[in-house]
Amino acid sequence: MTTIATVAPGAGQRVVPATGETLLDVQNLEKFFPIRGGLLSRVVGNVKAVNDVSFSIGRGEVVGLVGESGSGKTTAGRAILRLIEPTGGQVLFNGTDITKLSKGQMRDYRREMQIIFQDPFASLNPRMTVADIIGEAMQIHNLNPGKQRIDRIAELLEKVGLRPEHMRRYPHEFSGGQRQRIGIARALAVNPSFIVADEPVSALDVSIQAQVVNLLQDLQEELGLTVLFIAHDLAVVEYICDRIIVMYLGRVMEIAPSRELNNNPKHPYTEALLSAAPVPDPTVKRQRIILEGDIPSPINPPSGCVFRTRCRYAIDDCAKIVPELREVAPGHFKACIRDDIL
Amino acid sequence: MTPQGEVLLAVNGLKTYFNTDDGVVKSVDGVTFHINKGETLAVVGESGSGKSVTSLSIMRLIPMPPGQIVDGEILFTGKDGVQKNIVKLSEAEMRKIRGNDISMIFQEPMTSLNPVYTVGDQIAEAVMLHQGKNKKEAMGVAADMLRFVGIPAPEKRVNEYPHQMSGGMRQRVMIAMALSCNPALLIADEPTTALDVTIQAQILDLMRKLQRDIGMSILFITHNLGVVAEMADRVVVMYGGRVVEEGDVVEIFKAPRHPYTMGLLNSIPRPGEHVHVPGQPKGRLEAIPGNVPNPLNLPRGCAFEPRCKFAVEACREAVPPLFDTGNGHMARCIRWQEFEQVQQEVTA
Repeated sequence: MTTIATVAPGAGQRVVPATGETLLDVQNLEKFFPIRGGLLSRVVGNVKAVNDVSFSIGRGEVVGLVGESGSGKTTAGRAILRLIEPTGGQVLFNGTDITKLSKGQMRDYRREMQIIFQDPFASLNPRMTVADIIGEAMQIHNLNPGKQRIDRIAELLEKVGLRPEHMRRYPHEFSGGQRQRIGIARALAVNPSFIVADEPVSALDVSIQAQVVNLLQDLQEELGLTVLFIAHDLAVVEYICDRIIVMYLGRVMEIAPSRELNNNPKHPYTEALLSAAPVPDPTVKRQRIILEGDIPSPINPPSGCVFRTRCRYAIDDCAKIVPELREVAPGHFKACIRDDIL
Repeated sequence: MTPQGEVLLAVNGLKTYFNTDDGVVKSVDGVTFHINKGETLAVVGESGSGKSVTSLSIMRLIPMPPGQIVDGEILFTGKDGVQKNIVKLSEAEMRKIRGNDISMIFQEPMTSLNPVYTVGDQIAEAVMLHQGKNKKEAMGVAADMLRFVGIPAPEKRVNEYPHQMSGGMRQRVMIAMALSCNPALLIADEPTTALDVTIQAQILDLMRKLQRDIGMSILFITHNLGVVAEMADRVVVMYGGRVVEEGDVVEIFKAPRHPYTMGLLNSIPRPGEHVHVPGQPKGRLEAIPGNVPNPLNLPRGCAFEPRCKFAVEACREAVPPLFDTGNGHMARCIRWQEFEQVQQEVTA
């Protein structure tokens, strides 16, 4: 830690809005990808990418969705927006089940729900100018016609820390961090109330990540956005999120307020995940829980609890019972049958 | 602070440049550091810092052209006890060192393994080449190596292909291959970046155990400061093709003397710290402003000056030298003494 203290510009009092109202309610969400085989390419199995996932997000809340590769976190994020069609369950947005809506009806909801992608190099069309990229959604939704649109694009660019004259440039003229700012401006262009941020900083250099995290935090507070922040890095998520959802092999393992999850994890997987993160302090030597083996295949997940094959607390019943997500303390849910551990 | 052991590898004034259509990219511009026997040295840097080009220069794997080692020396003492300057070796002599005295593992194990050969064949290849063993003996060594890196049922696994294994398993195969000839130096270029945290913990644990058993030196290239704190004895921080700070790992983390190192340490969220408390204002990370510099167009003075909150006029005029701040700690900043003073006042 440096000893020369400086005040970050723009740092002020920030208070999390107390929310009671539910904006998004995900119920038993399911996304199975069929595996076809044989001569007639019949369905011979399913990749259970997202399996019976339920949670809700309050208006103005920032919720982290954490898991390793293959946990289904990205699929869940996209299924909620219907960027991929869920195969089961409901997604209630402001009380309306959007999974039942037609394409045309869905369009009105798309204006409310936007996404920021992980890879700022793959997610911007290299043949479009920044103005076209940011303006496209406004055009589709008939927002800010004519001269107003250019003004709005300029305003958005300034909001994300770029300059209005950047709108005539192409994506290749920008660095990774700047491109991610363009991706954020695009998501904000239609004034959404809900944003899925899918690993928005993982592809960026270390010194740039903090800039983008801070920008997202500022915008969330200024615009009162509701955010589902998908990440594999608990350290980033616990910093900016009100609550955290931990997923493993398509299922929710634990949901709790950030501080509670960090100080008092109730699920063995969360415990291991917290323990696995390397601490940037060479004087801290801690006993680490090292999970053995790899994440099993989602085609043929273990019976009972999907985590039991790597769990150090697993008992015979874990292979027989699929653990329900149940509330073990106010606002703290876990999917584990054992209450005598942790 | 640092145990002054025997020097295994010494890089002196290394300059590796690339000729591109847009001009000369000075990827590595006068880099000096050394690695002692049995030590882990972490080289930390972001994209464009020159950390990977440094390691590829040591392996002489720089594509020439467009690349060229234009100056400097890389002195290495191999198993034969003779010190050689790697920069001056012929390709034939270099081939005897690669995989035998110095091995390397890479970030993405899938692209580093050959998909059409079994993992046993791939490990046996180096063993046959460098140790003169026949195919059968070499396959035995391959199975032993797989057991050594914790792969279950190694006799079966030697006959499997890379695509039949998970990412963590493939990285274990890479490590088995790298260690099969007992190298004196292992270069690990972001070996866990592509892996999940729980798998990363397995691989780091394995590397620590193996180093303890074999006593090899490790050059660990990474951008992850958590991994550095866990693995390194000493740290070299690179920025814009130059070393900006070097020192013992505890010194670097507890008493950094370069604003870039300080900025990096401040900008990362620390697991378990600053966890958001309900109803309280959320914390903010202290970001480093600006962008990673364009290697084609580095500032004339200190490369970090445009992003540095401590920059003064003198920083723009010339590239600062590496100052010795004591205890084997070096920093390329003209204001390092002021940082030291402030820290002393704070602790007093």
